[in-house]
Amino acid sequence: MKKRILALFLLLGITAGIIAGCTSTDKSNKEHIDRSIDDIKKSGVIKIGIFSDKNPFGYVDDNGEVQGYDVYFAKRIAKDLLGSEENVEFSYVEAASRVEYLKSGKVDIILANFTVTEERSKQVDFALPYMKVALGIVSPENALITCTDDLKGKNLIVVKGTTAETYFTENHSDINLIKFDEYQEAYDALLDGRADAFSTDNTEVLAWAMRNKGFAVGVEALGNTDAIAPAVRKGNTELLNWINDEIKSLADEQFFHADFEATLKDVYGDSVDADSLVVEGGVIK
Amino acid sequence: MQDMGIDVLFKGTNFLRLCQGLWVTLRIALLSMAFSLVLGFLMGMVMNVRNRFVKAFCRFYLEIVRIMPQLVLLFLVYFGAAKHLGIDFSGEYAAVIVFTFWGTAEMGDLVRSALVSIPKHQYESGYAIGLKKRQVYLYIIIPQIVRRMLPSTINLLTRMIKTTSLVVLIGVVEVVKVGKQIIDSSRYTAPAAALWVYGLIFIMYFVICFPFSRLSTLIEKRYAEYK
Repeated sequence: MKKRILALFLLLGITAGIIAGCTSTDKSNKEHIDRSIDDIKKSGVIKIGIFSDKNPFGYVDDNGEVQGYDVYFAKRIAKDLLGSEENVEFSYVEAASRVEYLKSGKVDIILANFTVTEERSKQVDFALPYMKVALGIVSPENALITCTDDLKGKNLIVVKGTTAETYFTENHSDINLIKFDEYQEAYDALLDGRADAFSTDNTEVLAWAMRNKGFAVGVEALGNTDAIAPAVRKGNTELLNWINDEIKSLADEQFFHADFEATLKDVYGDSVDADSLVVEGGVIK
Repeated sequence: MQDMGIDVLFKGTNFLRLCQGLWVTLRIALLSMAFSLVLGFLMGMVMNVRNRFVKAFCRFYLEIVRIMPQLVLLFLVYFGAAKHLGIDFSGEYAAVIVFTFWGTAEMGDLVRSALVSIPKHQYESGYAIGLKKRQVYLYIIIPQIVRRMLPSTINLLTRMIKTTSLVVLIGVVEVVKVGKQIIDSSRYTAPAAALWVYGLIFIMYFVICFPFSRLSTLIEKRYAEYK
C-alpha cells in the first residue's frame, strides 16, 4: 500500500512539473529572451559567444586568457557599449551549436568567425561584415590537391556546421566527406593521414599550412568570397543597428587593421596582405 | 620537437587549468551520481509496484533514457528549456539534470532487479522471527541488494565520468575541452603537444576512475567476510 501511495505522489509530482512547464510556454518568451540595449546596460555585462579553440580568431592562451581577432573586437564592443573591456561574459561555442546559442538567448552576440550564408540568415540576423573569406583546401605537399577534380573518389575532411560542409555536400557529391565536430580533431586526422585533404575557410588553412611542414594550400580560394559578420538573435533589430553603427564608426580609426596587426600578423606573416582578410566599415571591396 | 610538446603541459597556467577541468568533470559526475542514488532507490521501489499504469510509466521512462542519446537530452535541457520554457540553465546545471535523469533510470533498474533477485524466503524468514517490515528491509534485504548492486553502480559512475566529455557541446569547459584549448593555442608553436595533452588526460581519467573501482572491490571483500 505504501508503495502505491509513493508511486502516486511521484506521478503527481511529474505531471505537475509538466503542466507547469507547458503553461509557461504560453506566455511566448520572445521578449524575455531578446535583451534590448537597456537590458544589457542594466545587467552590466554583454554575453558574447566565441570560439575557444580556433587560433588566431578565438582561443585561450597559456595563462587561461581569451585572445584573438574576434575577441579583440568583442572587447571593443563591451568597451563602447558598457564602458569597460571587462564587462563581457564569454561563452565558448562549437561550430555546430552557434545558431542554437542565439536562438535560445544564451548569448547576445555570436562573434565566432560566423560566415554569412543564406541558410543561416533565415535563422539569425547578421550585422555588417568585419572580415571576408573563401574556402581553401590544404593537403600534403607530396600529394597536393590543386583543384576539386583531384578529389574525386577521395576522402576530404570537413568540420560539421561549417560552410565547407555545405559547399561540398551541394556541389561535389563524388567526394567522400569525413566529418568532425571540432577543428582540432580535423587537423589531427589530416596529420595522421586519415584523409587526402582538409577543407575549411582559407584563413584557417593558410595559417595552418604555414606552420606545418609538408602541407600546402593547393586551392586558395574556392566558392564565393564570404563575409564574416557578428550575428544576433532574429528580430533583435535594436542591437543589430547598434553593432552596424559601431562597425561603421570604427572605420575612421581603421580599427580592424589594428586588430589584424595585434592578433593575425604573427600567424600569417608578411605573405598575406591585411586587406585580403580585413573589412572596414562593413564594405567588402 | 618531442620535448617541445611536453613543455606545453607546464607552460603558464595550463596544468592548473587541466586540473580545474578535471574537477568540473568530477563535480558533474559525483553530483549526478549522488542524486541518482537517492532517486534511483525510490525509482527501483516504484518499478516493483504491481500497478499497470505505474509499470507502463516506468517502462516508458526507462525506454526514453535508453533510446535517446545523452547529447540530445543535453541539447533539450540546455537550449530547449531556454527557448520554449524561458528557463535559462547554466551548462553545468543542465548537465547535472540530464545525468541525473539518466542515472536515476539506470539505478532504478538496478535496484529493481536486485530486489527481484532476493528469494522470497528471505522476507518470510524475517517475518517468522518476528521482525517488522521496516526491520526486514533494513537488516536483511537492503544489505543484500547493496552488495549485489555495488559492481554495476561503480560501473555506472565511471561511465558517467567518461560521458561528461559530451558537455563541452553545451559550453561547459571540462578536462577534454581544456586539453583541446591548450593544443589549439599552441598549435603553431608546438604541434606535437596533442599527444602529451591527450596522454595526460588519459592518466587523469584513470586516476579518478581507479580509486572507485578499488573501493568497490574492497567493500565487496568486506561484505564477503560477513557472509
